[in-house]
Amino acid sequence: MKKDIILCGVGGQGILSIATIIGEAATKAGLYLKQAEVHGMSQRGGDVQSNLRLSTDPIWSDLIAEAGADLIISMEPMESMRYLSYLSKEGKIVTSSKPFINIPNYPEEEALQKELATLPSVKLDIETVAKDCGNPRGANMVLLGMAAPFIGILSVESLREAIATVFARKGEQVVEANLKAFDAGVNANL
Amino acid sequence: MSQPNPSLMRGARGGSKKLLLGDEAIALGAIHAGLSGVYAYPGTPSTEITEFIQANAIAKERGVHSRWCTNEKTAMEAALGMSYAGKRALVCMKHVGMNVCADAFVNSAITGVKGGLIVLAADDPSMHSSQNEQDSRFYAKFALVPCLEPSNQQEAYDMMAYGFDLSERLGEPIVMRIVTRLAHSRAAVEVGEPKVENSLAPATDAWVLLPGIARRKYTALLEKQQAMLQASEESSFNKVETFASKTGIVACGIAYNYVKEAIGNDANLVKVSQYPLPEEKIKALAAKCDELLVIEDGQPVVEELVKGLLGAGYPVKGRLTGDLPRTGELTPDCVAKALGKATGAVFAPAKNMAARPPQLCQGCGHRDVYAALNQVLADYPEHRVFGDIGCYTLGALPPFQSLSSCVDMGASITMAKGAADAGLFPAVAVIGDSTFTHSGMTGLLDAVNDKSNITVIISDNLTTGMTGGQDSAGTNKFEAICLGLGVEPEHVRVVVPLPKNMPEITQVIREEIEYRGVSVIIPRRECIQTFARHAKAKKQ
Repeated sequence: MKKDIILCGVGGQGILSIATIIGEAATKAGLYLKQAEVHGMSQRGGDVQSNLRLSTDPIWSDLIAEAGADLIISMEPMESMRYLSYLSKEGKIVTSSKPFINIPNYPEEEALQKELATLPSVKLDIETVAKDCGNPRGANMVLLGMAAPFIGILSVESLREAIATVFARKGEQVVEANLKAFDAGVNANL
Repeated sequence: MSQPNPSLMRGARGGSKKLLLGDEAIALGAIHAGLSGVYAYPGTPSTEITEFIQANAIAKERGVHSRWCTNEKTAMEAALGMSYAGKRALVCMKHVGMNVCADAFVNSAITGVKGGLIVLAADDPSMHSSQNEQDSRFYAKFALVPCLEPSNQQEAYDMMAYGFDLSERLGEPIVMRIVTRLAHSRAAVEVGEPKVENSLAPATDAWVLLPGIARRKYTALLEKQQAMLQASEESSFNKVETFASKTGIVACGIAYNYVKEAIGNDANLVKVSQYPLPEEKIKALAAKCDELLVIEDGQPVVEELVKGLLGAGYPVKGRLTGDLPRTGELTPDCVAKALGKATGAVFAPAKNMAARPPQLCQGCGHRDVYAALNQVLADYPEHRVFGDIGCYTLGALPPFQSLSSCVDMGASITMAKGAADAGLFPAVAVIGDSTFTHSGMTGLLDAVNDKSNITVIISDNLTTGMTGGQDSAGTNKFEAICLGLGVEPEHVRVVVPLPKNMPEITQVIREEIEYRGVSVIIPRRECIQTFARHAKAKKQ
């Protein structure tokens, strides 16, 4: 069994934390893992993505092939469609619904949302959900919660445990706040 | 599912497993191989190697040198000095750093080494964060030394101990060439136990490259070529895989992974991870097949070598023949296509899509510098602003579009000088603090000696920002450096780049442009990324 995931968003939105948590859970579950990250220039407010590959068998390539991704997890709706050629026809997009507009030529929002709806996708205003949980900086954890049921190769519970492990050094409060945001994403039941 | 699989937590060789970036695997491999010093200037995608060593407990306890160097040349020379003293040293840089240290590097092959010396060059095909995609394997060949090219994170770790041993056995530096996708990709790595460092044992032969000695040493280097070739032929990193296929594949470094991903074991193949090219293995492959397909990340280095090796009559395919793209990094897709594998049906590209280029952070001081500069230069339609390498290169993009050039570290000052020599006015240079100490100071001295009519802006954010906020060699020293180089005291001006100071900053810029000589303006305000990090650390 394998799961190829593209994580994407805009530099600074926290996709690497999502990758770290999935990586921690995968390592604990004894899965093979490869994770290609983006460091450097594009982190400055540009589009960023990370290729995350999980498998019960050894993995060769660090990069996912076109039409190979089972899941696109995105912090931003337009960014969720940037890597469409990598999405398998059986794959799914899990994305934040709220545009992050830092460019002058951002597409017209209604048309963008309409196009997204024609694709196999689920979306949620993760920032509002995170705020409602009292953790406005936990939008990425809401997104991970939304995506958790679709990851499949890892249980939802194992991802919860990984959140606890990864944030442990930041204290109990941070762990609890992030778990709450994660659970809100899971319970959105998309 | 959350039960750990013991076979994955512990490797086949009994070592523990760690999830590491390629860069981190190299760093840990070096520490475990008895490293005594890493010498480096930050540069994507190599930066994390030195950062890992700086934070590593064993390295700290042992006092392994890991402070950032001023540039790649000072790094290379210091590492050669450590090698002279008998200890193991690592030099790390991005590919273009090889150009900066080339003099020291090429001549280190002539002096030879005592303690093991590995020169790590991180290439960036596709130019994710670079100005070109030059291939560092050329440098290894140019200097006549071996080159290692790991295909995965495990090999990257293993090659450090192997490379240091090989370096000491041959008495030559070893190049290790990696690419972005290895440097910045994470995978499980089985690690071993740390070896002790070499003891102090300086070289006793003369490393004095006077012509008489250099000629003798060059001959000795040429005499070692056979041993280097033999090491490649025997290296376990160069593998032969056999299958009844008419096309033989030469897969270099990470290209091997894309081949395995596409066609598994169904290929007659030579995997190349150590150079000089294992010629006998390639010839044997050619004899078994009707044609060869060379798959390599970067430039067609091996493709050209194989053509030469097999002669004009033997068909060799690769980037030069168009079977693989001439530019850009390899992908699983372009490799699968070259191997004749069909890819799955893909979704059509989204219609509601726009490019999102990187940009300067909101609140960044460079923004205020460009805003002020643009305002003043609007009155000088003939002006040109020569840029340099760093975050502030983004000033070339909207909304500022201030820069006319960005070539290499330090070129802002010297290009402005040359343009001013030609009569261009106003000629302005914009350079960052770290880039200025890296390669800008010498150019400024040229300008001072020539009394060139240039205005230099050293946009000082107290850090090496683009690569993530490493220490900058000249912090707190810039006025002293400029005065020491002979810039007149009244033309070394310091401002604080904030929107509220705009009238003062524009006034200063205007005055210094109008001054017919060398002036230096230093807008100084901490990078907001490091500022936020420092504020957070203080709070905790």
